[in-house]
Amino acid sequence: MADGGSSETHAHSGVHAHYYVPSPSRWPAYCAGALLLVVTGAVLLFSRILWGALPFAVGFALTAYIAVRWWGDVARESEGGSYKGWEDMSFRWGMAWFIFSEVMFFAAFFGALFYARALSVPDLGGAHSKVVWPGYDAVWPTAGPHFSSAFETIPAFGIPLVNTAILLTSGVTVTWAHWALKLNRRRDLLVALALTIALGACFLALQIHEYQDAYANLNLRLDSGIYGSTFFMLTGFHGMHVTVGTIGLIVIFGRCAAGHFSPDRHFGFEAVAWYWHFVDVVWLFLFVVVYWL
Amino acid sequence: MDATLPHPAGGAEHHGEHAKLRGFRAVAWHYLTTTNHKDIGTLYLCFALAMFFFGGLMALGIRAELFQPGLQLVEPEFFNQLTTMHGLVMVFGAIMPAFTGFANWQLPMMIGACDMAFARLNNWSFWLLPPAALLLAASFFTPSGATAAGWTLYAPLSTQQGVGMDMAIFAIHLMGISSIMGAINIITTIINMRAPGMDLMKMPLFCWTWLITAFLLIAVMPVLAGAVTMLLTDRHFGTSFFNAAGGGDPVLYQHIFWFFGHPEVYIMALPGFGIVSTVIPAFSRKPLFGYPSMVYATASIALLSFIVWAHHMFTTGMPVTAILYFMYATMLIAVPTGVKVFNWIATMWRGSMTFETPMLFAIGFVVLFTIGGFTGLVLSIAPLDVQLQDSYYVVAHFHYVLVAGSLFSLFAGVYYWLPKWTGRMYNETLGKAHFWLSMIFFNVTFFVQHFLGLAGMPRRIPDYALQFADFNMVSSVGAFGFGLTQLLFLYVVVNCVRSGKKTTEKRVWEGADTLEWELPTPAPYHSFHTPPKLRWEGHRPIIAAE
Repeated sequence: MADGGSSETHAHSGVHAHYYVPSPSRWPAYCAGALLLVVTGAVLLFSRILWGALPFAVGFALTAYIAVRWWGDVARESEGGSYKGWEDMSFRWGMAWFIFSEVMFFAAFFGALFYARALSVPDLGGAHSKVVWPGYDAVWPTAGPHFSSAFETIPAFGIPLVNTAILLTSGVTVTWAHWALKLNRRRDLLVALALTIALGACFLALQIHEYQDAYANLNLRLDSGIYGSTFFMLTGFHGMHVTVGTIGLIVIFGRCAAGHFSPDRHFGFEAVAWYWHFVDVVWLFLFVVVYWL
Repeated sequence: MDATLPHPAGGAEHHGEHAKLRGFRAVAWHYLTTTNHKDIGTLYLCFALAMFFFGGLMALGIRAELFQPGLQLVEPEFFNQLTTMHGLVMVFGAIMPAFTGFANWQLPMMIGACDMAFARLNNWSFWLLPPAALLLAASFFTPSGATAAGWTLYAPLSTQQGVGMDMAIFAIHLMGISSIMGAINIITTIINMRAPGMDLMKMPLFCWTWLITAFLLIAVMPVLAGAVTMLLTDRHFGTSFFNAAGGGDPVLYQHIFWFFGHPEVYIMALPGFGIVSTVIPAFSRKPLFGYPSMVYATASIALLSFIVWAHHMFTTGMPVTAILYFMYATMLIAVPTGVKVFNWIATMWRGSMTFETPMLFAIGFVVLFTIGGFTGLVLSIAPLDVQLQDSYYVVAHFHYVLVAGSLFSLFAGVYYWLPKWTGRMYNETLGKAHFWLSMIFFNVTFFVQHFLGLAGMPRRIPDYALQFADFNMVSSVGAFGFGLTQLLFLYVVVNCVRSGKKTTEKRVWEGADTLEWELPTPAPYHSFHTPPKLRWEGHRPIIAAE
């Protein structure tokens, strides 16, 4: 086995290169335990056992704390120089496949929307269903044949269009931040990141406003049949992802302010930027098929 | 020692965290926090074995009730819980974690890597499983019992049941996160951690099958997560995904589930193909016949698995054109699978074969999996499927591919690699006894179920008409024989680990030709601190001297 001293000289050939393997860590197993608390609490709450809120909240807080500690270790290892080109490549593959898994998660919900619009709702207007629900007018948007409460939908070319502009702009500002980091203009980097975070926050604020409007004025609710289901689940999961992305951007902002990352090695930044672009692209699909068409 | 790799528990003084602990607590803390791929592989395999016996116990409950017609032992509600949980536990608790355990042990050693690409994530992937298993097991003790909707959790059954259903949904969420993280780790390890010279088209077929399996996992586990999330919101938040009254459709659940479910079938089969493709050449003393065609066949099976899902739904109701499409697309899968079976047989052709236990299980796999494949072909014929849907013919079919397929390949792998892992030989006589008893009792249990299904006995029903009595009695006797035989397996493994004959032979099996056999036996805690320099003797990698 080669000692550490010779590893650098052969690093480019691959042979004798060292790959960083972290020491034993308590955080993964603790995280699994915290998640068990979260789901136990949720199960109790669903059974109308109200003290389930306690394990739910505690588990949630612990998960957040563990995430901070675990990623703190990662940031420390990164700044300590443990990760070189080889580890960097692993992170890139890992993040890319993670985003692919997220794409497939959204695909399930988009699939449900397409299925409802192309198959289940037209079927409910078909000859067989006329026997059960004679008066049903199977036209999208619909809450289904049984839920008669009328609702209005949110017009695409209002707040959703503004939100589209906001997210597209935030894609530009995060790229600006990336270039600033690569050119080592730290001040520009912080300004561009702060702008991106602000745009993310604006998006979320408008989304919350839109939800309030939907519930208060349009009678559009999560239980408004299949339209409400697909609308709120798709935009809701997207909103959750924007929230996570914004938190990620805030963390990256803090790390940049603390002097982390170098012009040629900053995958932590890039991972969040990739994620941000991913939620951006999902939104474009949402805008077209959920709001517009 | 190397500063970049964590040390085993023996060197506890290196770690302030467990310097104070002794005895059991030290061992527990070691496994709770470990980042070593071999430790985590061991955890996966032990967990899978425990779940295998848990699921097996439920299977025996089912077979005990079906020993005779009429209701003897359990309530029908509990019988449904048993069939449901048997399926969930075996699929998500036993088969999938067992294969991941093999991936953890073998992949780094086979490709010359120091460990998995994400060692801490690896630990998390494992430790998510015990909480999920706890949820599933605990759900039996809730007022309404465990979920009884069948392992497929079809709506509207699954949107109506009690709290056990919620627990199953959350268990699936946790196991799903575990699978996705594990798959990301495996795919990154294979892509990025291979030693120089270990080219993609030179790496062992086990690595190829796991690479493709990991891709399938990342593609479809999130879809299952989406499906059960919709169940959860339909149950508790008033959404109408699977409720026709609200414009949704229960059939939508079936489509989403089987978009996951059919690739899932190959997730449970492909790594087994990999093990068998490693074992058969070793005991035939010949290189694998048609290696590139094996790679392409595996990839073809994986891609086809995405476009055949509705063959599980021929009786659900679909346009005839859709039925015809899914029928023909399904039949296409027989082509790459046939390539594989041909290659396994061609590998054995004129080889210097010996029949140690791993080889016996591998050959048993080829024979019985092929039978399972043929019955699958029968079921793909839509007009026949209308008759056979939800009958014992289907039960027989998927137990041929999952027990004689996946499980036999796992047994082959355990016997094949246990000497390398532990430095001890298992008892060959008992191993062979385990094989033959498993082979006989498996067929006694499941072969007769083909006849039951053809004669019209429905699955998932605790009682049956009198004309099915004889075959059911035979099947139940076989099931108890099979279950008892697995206690022998437990004994053989424990006996091997504790007091098997020691061996330090590097290449325990004469014909073994993958990279792990170049390492000392037992395999050292850290196999490769730095990537080995490889020299190739034909298809066999040799670690070149420094």
